[in-house]
Amino acid sequence: MSINRREFLKIAGASTLFGLTGTAAVEEILKTSADASVLKGADALSAKRWAMTIDVNKIRSKEEYEKIIHACHSIHNVPDIGNQKDEVKWIWEEEYENSFPGVSDEFVPAHIMHKPFLLLCNHCAKPPCVRVCPTKATFKRPDGIVAMDYHRCIGCRFCMAACPFGARSFNWRDPRPFIKEENKEFPTRMKGVVEKCTFCSERLARGQKPACVEASGGALVFGDLEDPNSEVRHVLSTHYTLRRKPELGTGPSVYYVIGGGTEHA
Amino acid sequence: MYNGGKIIVGLIIFVGLFTFPIFYNMGKTAEAPKPNIDTPEINKMEKKQCVESKEWMKANHMQMLDQWRDSVLRDGNLEYVSSTDGKKYIMSLQNTCMRCHSNKKEFCDKCHTYANVTPYCWTCHIAPKEKEI
Repeated sequence: MSINRREFLKIAGASTLFGLTGTAAVEEILKTSADASVLKGADALSAKRWAMTIDVNKIRSKEEYEKIIHACHSIHNVPDIGNQKDEVKWIWEEEYENSFPGVSDEFVPAHIMHKPFLLLCNHCAKPPCVRVCPTKATFKRPDGIVAMDYHRCIGCRFCMAACPFGARSFNWRDPRPFIKEENKEFPTRMKGVVEKCTFCSERLARGQKPACVEASGGALVFGDLEDPNSEVRHVLSTHYTLRRKPELGTGPSVYYVIGGGTEHA
Repeated sequence: MYNGGKIIVGLIIFVGLFTFPIFYNMGKTAEAPKPNIDTPEINKMEKKQCVESKEWMKANHMQMLDQWRDSVLRDGNLEYVSSTDGKKYIMSLQNTCMRCHSNKKEFCDKCHTYANVTPYCWTCHIAPKEKEI
C-alpha cells in the first residue's frame, strides 16, 4: 500500500501537532516549583556596563593601598596563604612596567615608574575567560560583570590560561585555614576552584558600591560606562586614562587615571 | 575434590558472614529521623513559618535551593516572594535559611545521613555555630 503526498502531509501535520502539545503537557507535569516569583532588590544598582576608574595619584600611602585591598579580601573571605605559588588574590598591587607592558616607555616620571598600581579583574567587554570555560562557570552578566559560579567550576584552569591580566587565582589547597576572620555572610571557596573579583555583585544587588570603591575615599570611581552622565564617564572625559593591554581587544572596563586631568593639574 | 570438606565448610562460613547483615536486619525498619527544629531564633518567632509550608519544604527544598542559587548568581535577583503568604525573603542559604535553622547538625545532617545524601554545601558556605537552646 502506498500513500500519496496529500496523505503523507496530513499524517506529518498531525504528528507535529501532537508532538508540540505533547511536550507542553510533559513540561506542565514536571513543574515542581511553587508559584512564586523572584525579584531584584528594591535598592539594587543597575547599569548597562559597569566600569571603574582608578586615580593613581589619589592613593598615596602604603596604608591606603592596604586598606583598599583589606576591604575587599576581608569581606570576600580571600585567604592569605603567604606564599606566591598558592597565592589567592582579587585585588593587588603591581608596578607600572608589569601593569602596562605594551606602553611602558623607557623614560617615565619616577613617581609613575615605581608607583604601585591597583590591579583587579577588568570585567572585559569580550572576556576570553568566558569563551574558554567548558562548564559556563564563568559568564558575562547583562550588566557587564564577568561573574563566577563556583558551584560549576571544575578547576580546569582554562580561564587562567586565557586571562591576559592574571586576574584569576586557583585554590591549590583548602582556603579555610588561611582565612583569619571569616565573614559569616559570604561563602568561602573550596580546594580546586578558580576565583576572582566579582565587582561586588552581591553588594550591588543590595544597593551598595563595591567595597574597594567605598574604602578608597574617592580614588576609585564606579559607574555605568554607557550612561553619559555617570561619574565614571565624567572622569573619563576630563582625564587621560590608560587601560591594561587594550591591544588584545578584550575591552577592559577598568581605567587608570595617570594624571594631568583638567580638574587638578 | 581435594579437601572438599574444608572448602564446603569454608564456603558456608563465608556465605554466612557475607549475608549476616541481611538476616540481622530482616523484618526491622530503620526509624526515620525526627529532626528537632528548635533553635533560639525559631523559638523567638511568634508564628513559626518557613519560606513555604513545612510539607512543601520537606519535599522541594533541594529544588528550591537550586533555583535560588541560579536566580541569585546568574540572574542577579535578590528576593523571593513566598507563594504561601506573599512575604519577601532574601535568597541566601547562609544568611536566610541558616539564620533561623542554626542547628545544622540536627536540622540538615540527621535526614541527609539517613537518606545517604551528601550535599557539598558546606565546603564553601559557612555553617552556623551550633548553639545550646
